[in-house]
Amino acid sequence: MDILLDPLFRIPFFVGLFVSIVLPAAGTLLRLREEWLAALGLAHLAGASGLVGLAANVPAVLGAPLGAVVGALIKAFGNFRGNTVYALMILAGWAITLLVASNSSLGSVMGHALFEGQLYFAGMVHLSAAICLVVLAALVLPRCMSKLIRARLQPTFEIANAVPAWRWHLSFDLLAALGIAVGAGTLGLMGAFALAFVPPWVAFRAARTWRQCLWISIGVGLLSYTAAFVVALLFDQPFGPVLVATLLVFGGLILAAGTRIRVFE
Amino acid sequence: MSLPILQVDQLQAGYETPVVGPLSFHVNQGDVIGIAGPNGTGKSTLLKAVANGVHIFAGEIRKRADLNVAWMDQHPVQLPEMPFSGWEYLRFTEADRAPPEFLARWLDQRVDALSGGQYQLLCLWSVLGGHADLLLLDEPTNNLDQHSARVIEDTLKADQGSRAVLVVSHERGFLERVAHRVLEVDS
Repeated sequence: MDILLDPLFRIPFFVGLFVSIVLPAAGTLLRLREEWLAALGLAHLAGASGLVGLAANVPAVLGAPLGAVVGALIKAFGNFRGNTVYALMILAGWAITLLVASNSSLGSVMGHALFEGQLYFAGMVHLSAAICLVVLAALVLPRCMSKLIRARLQPTFEIANAVPAWRWHLSFDLLAALGIAVGAGTLGLMGAFALAFVPPWVAFRAARTWRQCLWISIGVGLLSYTAAFVVALLFDQPFGPVLVATLLVFGGLILAAGTRIRVFE
Repeated sequence: MSLPILQVDQLQAGYETPVVGPLSFHVNQGDVIGIAGPNGTGKSTLLKAVANGVHIFAGEIRKRADLNVAWMDQHPVQLPEMPFSGWEYLRFTEADRAPPEFLARWLDQRVDALSGGQYQLLCLWSVLGGHADLLLLDEPTNNLDQHSARVIEDTLKADQGSRAVLVVSHERGFLERVAHRVLEVDS
């Protein structure tokens, strides 16, 4: 148990904790927009550009955002709706990742690390990126959330009043892209995707109100992350797969408990 | 006399080709104008043209510069999952006028647990309960029972104050009861 209190793991723990607040919250809005595949598409692009960065000795947490931001801009200005553009991002990111991994000296090791997650190697650069992400989320989400929700519930409002809605749609797209990128560069590609996908999936089914939905989503993300951090350290397991498994187990348990409660009501 | 809030002149609007027009009319503050006509004559397209939703082929639509428009489509958005209570739905759509008592009773429920008629009424109130200057209502009585339709009728017949309403319906009697004048649209 002493390993859990080792100062060596303090920075990695807080990096993951900050990402685990932002990704479930952003994922909740992505799910509302039926763009949950965005998380996987952006994660693949982030992974590809993170790997290209690593090959050039740039930390993945700095290289990854570039690809994700390019993805968000393509989506915003290409006037794409729905998940098609994200499926294309997955394919492009996958192809680039494997090609770079195959053609660079440490490529396959780095590619493997990106898929598994490098959380325990997180340092001050990663912590700074995670803090920036939380600050950005704290600025963007309160300003944009109600507008994004209205755009989903009542899209006629923006059309009928010729509202310059691109500002908040793009702001959120960029926040989601950066969140996924920082997540992919620390928790791993699938870990970042799972944090943006599983908690909102559970919350959408369990919540009675939007406020509950947000809290359940963030709560499931934080709880799963903390449990995964402890389990992966104690049993010396790769962090990414442990996080994904923990999210699935917690998600399944919460939904099963919810079903039992409804049955007995 | 104040200027119209909406002036439509020789309008022809549609998609690949014109569906409606040429049409001319104007809307003043407080007006409730019904739009009637057989199926396929472009009643909904006319509302969409006012709401920037279709292509204008000829003519023009002039709106007051600061005009705030609320548009309820014939088929309001119904998402596969909607983790919102009815109260939250009205808050997010900025409908802050007190809803009718029988609607308020359902508003603690999740929106996707409402029946088709209840959801239609909620969407309708999200437009009627707001502060837009011009309301565009497309078949507002779809799926509504007699009591709910009567409440909507009473709301539209009441003084609209500084706002105006353009309402499309295939129910002629409803239009004649709520509208100050009825605009006939035909092919």
